[in-house]
Parts: sequence; C-alpha cells; structure tokens
Amino acid sequence: MSYLEYAVKTAPTGLRKILYLNWPVAILLASISGAGFLMLYSVAGGSFSPWAEPQMKRFVMGFVLMIGVAMVPIWFWRSLAGIAYLGTVALLVAVELFGTVGMGAQRWIDLGFMRLQPSELMKITLVMFLAAYYDWLPVKKTSHPFWVILPVLIIIIPTFLVLRQPDLGTSILLLAAGGGLMFLAGVHWAYFAAVLASVIGLIATVFQSRGTPWQLIKDYQFRRIDTFLDPSSDPLGAGYHITQSKIALGSGGWTGRGFMQGTQSRLNFLPEKHTDFIFTTLAEEFGFLGGVWLLGLYALIIIFCVWSALMNKDRFSSLLTLGIALNFFLFFAVNMSMVMGMAPVVGVPLPLVSYGGSAMLVLMLAFGLMQSAHVHRLR
Amino acid sequence: MKKTRAETDYSHRRISRRAALLGGAQLLFIGGLAARMRFLQVDQADQFRLLAEENRINVRLIPPSRGEVFDRNGVRLAQNAPSYRIVIVREDAGDTDAVLEKLSTIVPLDAETLERTKLELKRSPSFLPVTIAEDVSWDDISRVSVNAPALPGVTPEVGLSRVYPQGSDFAHVLGYVGPVSDYDLEKIEDPEPVLRIPRFQIGKVGVETKLEPLLRGKAGAKRVEVNAAGRVMRELDRREGTPGSDLQLTIDANLQGYVQARLSEESASAVVIDCDNGDVVACASAPTFDPNLFVRGISVKDYNTLTGNKYRPLASKTVQGLYPPGSTFKMMTAMAALEAGLIGPDETVYCPGHLTVSGRRFHCWKRAGHGWVDLQTSLKRSCDVYYYDLAVKIGIEKISAMAKRFGLGIKHDVPMSAVAQGLAPTMEWKSSTYGQSWRVGDTVNVSIGQGFMLASPLQLAVMSARLATGRSVEPRLIKSVDGVETPERGGENLGMNENNLRKMRRAMNAVVNDRRGTAYGSRIIDDTMRMAGKTGTSQVRNITAAERRAGVIRNEDLPWERRDHALFVNFAPVETPKYAVAVVVEHGGGGSKAAAPIARDITLQALAGGPPPLEAYPAKDRERIEAQQEKLRQIQPQAVFSGQDQA
Repeated sequence: MSYLEYAVKTAPTGLRKILYLNWPVAILLASISGAGFLMLYSVAGGSFSPWAEPQMKRFVMGFVLMIGVAMVPIWFWRSLAGIAYLGTVALLVAVELFGTVGMGAQRWIDLGFMRLQPSELMKITLVMFLAAYYDWLPVKKTSHPFWVILPVLIIIIPTFLVLRQPDLGTSILLLAAGGGLMFLAGVHWAYFAAVLASVIGLIATVFQSRGTPWQLIKDYQFRRIDTFLDPSSDPLGAGYHITQSKIALGSGGWTGRGFMQGTQSRLNFLPEKHTDFIFTTLAEEFGFLGGVWLLGLYALIIIFCVWSALMNKDRFSSLLTLGIALNFFLFFAVNMSMVMGMAPVVGVPLPLVSYGGSAMLVLMLAFGLMQSAHVHRLR
Repeated sequence: MKKTRAETDYSHRRISRRAALLGGAQLLFIGGLAARMRFLQVDQADQFRLLAEENRINVRLIPPSRGEVFDRNGVRLAQNAPSYRIVIVREDAGDTDAVLEKLSTIVPLDAETLERTKLELKRSPSFLPVTIAEDVSWDDISRVSVNAPALPGVTPEVGLSRVYPQGSDFAHVLGYVGPVSDYDLEKIEDPEPVLRIPRFQIGKVGVETKLEPLLRGKAGAKRVEVNAAGRVMRELDRREGTPGSDLQLTIDANLQGYVQARLSEESASAVVIDCDNGDVVACASAPTFDPNLFVRGISVKDYNTLTGNKYRPLASKTVQGLYPPGSTFKMMTAMAALEAGLIGPDETVYCPGHLTVSGRRFHCWKRAGHGWVDLQTSLKRSCDVYYYDLAVKIGIEKISAMAKRFGLGIKHDVPMSAVAQGLAPTMEWKSSTYGQSWRVGDTVNVSIGQGFMLASPLQLAVMSARLATGRSVEPRLIKSVDGVETPERGGENLGMNENNLRKMRRAMNAVVNDRRGTAYGSRIIDDTMRMAGKTGTSQVRNITAAERRAGVIRNEDLPWERRDHALFVNFAPVETPKYAVAVVVEHGGGGSKAAAPIARDITLQALAGGPPPLEAYPAKDRERIEAQQEKLRQIQPQAVFSGQDQA
C-alpha cells in the first residue's frame, strides 16, 4: 500500500497532531517512569545521585524523542523499516568486532556521549521490519512455507548475534517477540506447534550436552538453571540472588515497609538493586498493593496498545503497535518472573523503572512509533 | 502491491482475532504474576511475621577463616589476628563533621585520615559504613565504646586480619593478602558472594595467591534478627563455613631468617634445597620488605620508597630474577661433552688466553692464559678457552639439552609469583625469536653461561642438587596441606654415566678445596661438612677491543649497574650431599669474592642446624667470622642463637 492510500486527508496535521496522541499511554509511561525515579532515589539511600537524576534527564529526553517520532507520519517510518533492520544488524556485527566488554559480556558500542546497546535497538527494528514484511506480503501467502522461512531467517540472524555476546535474556526476548509477530500476522497454527515441539527437543539436547565437550551453554548458565529449579540447594552461591529477592518481596507484606524503609536492598543484600532487581525494592517498600499497582499500570499500557491496534485498519500500523506492546510485555513479564523466582535469572531489566540509558531511550523511541501509528491511523 | 479493500478488511479481521487472543494471554499472565506476588507477599507473609515489628531477618555470610601457614618445624608464618576498626554510618551520625571532630578528641586521628573519611562519606550512599581507622588498639576501641552515646553512627568493629609474625623474612615466598579490589572481581567470572564482603582479604602475591583456593575455605552463613538501626538483636541459626586449609612450607624459618640477615641489604638472593627430597629449606631475596604493610594498605610514601629503590626489594629474585649463569654453567658444557664421549680422561687443551672462532676472537678471563689444561684444571681455575673449544666440538643442541635435563630453562612447579622459565637457547629458538640463524659464536658464549643463556637462582640450586645426586630433584615448597604430607620430589635417576658425574663432582671439589681453586678462600675445613662448588662471574656489559688493550676496568671502578653479577653454586657434604645452594649477588663483582663466602656461611648454618662451630672455618678466617656472627645475632637473634628444634 503506498502512502497515497493512507487517509492523508483525515489524518491531523501540524501541531494539532499533539492533541491526537494516545495520551493515556503517554501518561502511563510517565507514571511508571515516576515510580522508577522514586525507587532509584530510595535505593541510593535518599539521594538523587547517582541514579535518579540521570534517569530523569533521560526520561525527559526520551519523552521529547517520543513526541518527535510521533509527529512524523507512520508511512515514512514504514519506508525506513528495511534500512533500520539492516543498520541494527550491522551494529550488532560491529559490537562483535569492536565492542567494549563489560560484566563478562560484549554488548556496547561506545559513542562517546552514551553507550549504545544495539541489542536493545534490535528489539524495535526487528518488529518494525516484520510488520513491514507482512504488510507487503499478500495475506494469502502468509502461511506458504517459503514466505514463512524468510521471516524466520529475519529473526534468527540478530538472535544469533545477540546470543554470541553472550546475552541469553535478550536473545530469548527477540525470538519471542519475532514469533509473536508472526503469530499476529496470521501464520498457520501448525508452524507454531512444530516449533514448540522442537524447542522442547532442543532443551532436552542442551541438558544432554552438559559436561560433554560440545556443551552448548556456559557453566554459569547451567548453574543459574540449577538454582532456578532448586534455589535452596545453594543459598550462598548462585541461589543467593533469588533467595534474597524472595525474602525482600515476602517481607513487604500487604502494604510494605514504607518509602525508603526497605532494608534488604538498603543493607546491600540484593544484587544489582538499581537495575534488574529494582522491582523487589518496590515490592518491599510498597508491599503487595504497590506491586499490583505497578503491574496494573503495565497491564493498562498493554490494553491501550491493543485497543489502538484494533482501531487501526492499517496492517503495518497495527502489527507494529501490537509488536511493540508484546515486546514491552515480554520485557516486564520476564523480569518480574525472574525476581519472583518463576524464571531463571537471565539479566533482563524492568522497563522504564530499572536504571539504564539505552533501554529507556529505545523504549521511548518504540512508543514514539506506536504514537505515530495512532496519530496517523486509518479511521 | 495493490491491495483491495476486501483484502485489507480480511487481514484486519485476522489480526483482530489473534491480537485479542494474544492480548488475552498477556493479561492472563499478568494475572498470574499478581497471584504469585500475592502468594509471596500475603500468604507467605506469615513466614516473615517476625519482620512486622522493628525486627527482621537477614542472612549474613560468615567469612571463612583463612588457612594458616607454618614452616617445616611448625613455626607460624601467617596467622589471623583480630583487628579492630572504627566505622561511621552517615545517616545515623547526622552531622558527620561534628561527630568526627568529637571522635578525634577521644582517639588520635591525623588530618589526612579525617580528610579521606569525609571524602569517602560524601561519595558513598548514606547507609553504608565507612571505615575511619583500621588496626586500632584495644584501648582506643574501648574508649570509643564507652563514649558511644556521644558518638552517634560510630561503631567499633572486629574482624580477622592477616598477620605475618616473621615479618620481612617470608615476604617473597608467602607474599601477602589484601582486600578484594574491583580489578580482582573483574578477573573472576561469577565471583563467590563472599568476595563481595567489604574488606574480605584474598592473596595478592606469592603462595597466598597461588594457593588461594586452598587457603580461602568456604563461607558459612547465619540468620540474624536485626532492628531498624541494623543492629543485630540475636542470631537465629548458623551454618559454619569450612576454614581454609593450613599449609606447611618446606622452608626452615630459622635458616630463612639467617639467610635473609646474611644477605642483608645487598641486592642478592639465595636458595637452599634438600638434595634428598627436593625441599626448598630456604629461599631468600634481598633486600626485602614487610608484607604486613601491604595487608593494611601501604601508604604512598612507603610504596614509593620500595619502588624507587634500585635494588628492587619487591622483586622475588630467587624465582623471578634471570641472570647469565656465567662459569657456573661450565658443568653443563662439560657434562654434555662427557656424555657425548667427546673428551677422554686426560685430554688437554692449550689456553693461550683467547680462541679465534670463525674470525672472532674470544677471550679467556685470564689475559695471559692458563697453558695446558684438562677438565679438572679448567673447572678449578675457571679457564674459559677450554669450554670454547668444547662448545665448537659439540654444538649448541647437546649443551641446551643437557641444561634442560639439569633443570635449567624449565619452569619449576613452585607456588610463587612470577616464576621465570629462564632460557636454554637452541637454534630453533633463535630463528623463531630473532629470525636469525644460530652462529658458532653464540654457542661459544653459551658454553661459559653468557650470551642468550639465562637462569634463576632456584634453577641453579636445582642444577647443583641434580649434579650432587644424579637424580632429577624437583623443588618442593609445600610440605603438607592440612597435615597431609605432599609427595617428596627426590626424583628419578637422571640416567647419566655415574663415572662422568663423579668426575664433575671431583672437579667441583677441587674448585673449593684445591689450593689453586677459585673458591679456595671459602673452603670448609671440617671433614664432615666439606663442600664442592663452582664460582661464576657473569658480565652485564661488553668489553671493547680498545678497553682490552688499555686493560679491563676493574669492577670496583664501575658504576654499580655495570658491575658483574657474582654467582656461586655448591653442595655439601661432598661425600654424601645433603644441601645444594645457589647464591647470586647482583652486580657484586667476582663470584669467588662476593658470592662464595655467603654460600659457605649458609651451607654451614644449614648443616649445623644453627650457628656452626668456628672450627669449620680456616684458622685465619675465624676472628672475622666470629665478629660477623656477633653482628648477625643482633639483626636476627633467634636464628643465630637457637637450633632447629625451637618452636
């Protein structure tokens, strides 16, 4: 569909577009980020440095970026999808070649003013490209084997590159988001059933490979799985994270200890308290009600996104919106499952709340695209 | 691709259905998360009911106590002593400046400490304790405790800290520990949580770091109930960790102390090996330093003094220092020739003071030459030309192979830092390192232990032990772990012709005990302790033809860095070798003058198991030796006075 077929006339123009933004989503994003500032302020022991202040600056930057992106018509972004995808894959290759090694993994490219984590960007450009692909592909061909293998390759290539960094968490998110988009686009059920079966097979193989020379994943990754399955087996070694995280959550109770009163995190029992495990601090200080409130905000974002997608008759726009929502969902669902001891510790931050620049900016960029789709929707 | 309206609508319906499905699934999962949260935070909250009030439960790691280290007779070399420190928590203290000022009136704190504390307080989160002073005396700690009400946020803490009671004697062998640094953590994949305990000590250098896994042990844990201020109210349960293993070194602390004192402030090193089982009974590098300084965190001034010293006190010269072995290498050249059957028993070579090999003239150290020399005379008087001649005949490969069989150019397995491999060069080595082909001149240089040849004092001692026994003696530094003896390393028979070995030993005996031997001045006259050895003087500079003509400048007239290294290797007693010794004095001048007397004193001290009888020394030396013993007694009282069985 060329841009001429978009309802150019019905779309708002100029600054009037701001009125047509999906304001509920924007407000929800701001509230969640606000919760993040509060928690970062708290884990720093009641101080804006070193985390809360930079995070706030980045949010303001991100918000402006979101509105900026939203102002640009969605058909322009669609035409960029292919370039964006290829560009990000190129960046991933560049990381592989010249990236900085941090925390045992090679993930960043140092741009001078910030460290770019291309795997974050990949989550968005992959969804964009797949949405554009299915928009271009005649609906009837969607389940044709050749046209199924193509998007699978599109997903596998960046996943493999991210897995090599090594960043298991992000590569799983990429696979899940890509697969989800194929599902949304209407690929036949049978394919998903087949993939599910082979994934189970693969997991069995990975476990079989343990201790053999061709071991497929690293020892520490195996240990994380072990401790996930039985955290009490090693409460001081690898099970430490999960046990401490659960103690913190559990001690929160209904209403929590109150703001800045969390002890588990403040006494440094929690690892990475300002990044991956920040939710435990929130749940400890604001209790079950605080946790559910945050979960509710996340759920509302999903609902508004799905609603916006359903109201939008443009295939690219709705796929993109759904893909972004799915990505966002996977993000927080994996993080929360992890801190609640329902998934192995894989190192996925809590979106908008965890401290981190790349993730924040990329998410706001994604929601900018979603807003653009919303503003310029086919009515 | 043009799409019809109908197609768009169809695809849209399809998306709607699946979107609703997926959205539903997502909401379901969110519901699941909420349920899980409820389970943990509400249903299981009973488990944490204790925490409802001001108390709560923490799991705290109990750092394991580090294994102690003993010498071969049970003298304690490294132990853990309680150390007291004063910490301050910013949020409990309120006005930190006022509290610090009050504190400084109670215990002595210098301005630098206060400055550093204030800076650290500013930088770290308000709830984290900041250390004000470490290694505080018990008196000061009690004064702080008594004044606790006036000092909010200030608490005395007790912990275990490493102490090295023998001080500087074992600095190079044992090394030292220090707090885990960020740099250490980066190097470890998936570090144990215990490493994250503030100020947890791990080995940084020497045995302490090489045997870290043995010494560290495993952390225990305790569950404690703490109140809102973080103060421990009571302990609920506790699982003890496993303390680290105790180690026993093969080193004899008394002998080590003596050797260290004897080397004193020279830039020198000495190794003593037990020929029977390879035990390294002394391994000293001078000058040395106090490892206790590093445990506490060394001051910049002290550190600069150590690094600025041109004698390099921080270097562990016994294993790390590589020197051209000089004439001490001649035994290797001779053995290579003997084993190859290239020299008959009475074969002689004429030494005119130099030998011309492929157009280059190689000089003997004695300008006038030694005349006709055989094997024994050549070693005894350290004639160079004899070995030049052998070298040309047998070639580098055989020499190098022989050196390796005697433990040179091989990295020995001792758990010390920076153990050097040394070098027994081969043709292949030169072409792969320099891309140049081997020359006969290179072989000539190697034959007298110069040129590319490099060895550490430890390797020289091993060589001496192997010459003495004919077995492949390997150095052993760890005698036992947790009381379990490690295997002895006396080694297998080297498979050398016993006659050849006997010839070498006889020649080495002549070096020391023959009137014309180069080390005759350092002989031992007690028949039960007589030693055999070889002097070595290795050049560190080139002597130009012009200088040779004008007369070689004497060592004493050269700046220190350009003087020759003095070396000596020996074993004793001659008939039934017990100890093999190697001494290297950096830029000490001649081996017979600078190194051999030290080696003799060390050998006698080791054999006598304490101060040796003066009668073992030649009569004219006794007066001087007595004065020297008196002097050493002041530096190292227990080593000179007491026998082996002390402690």
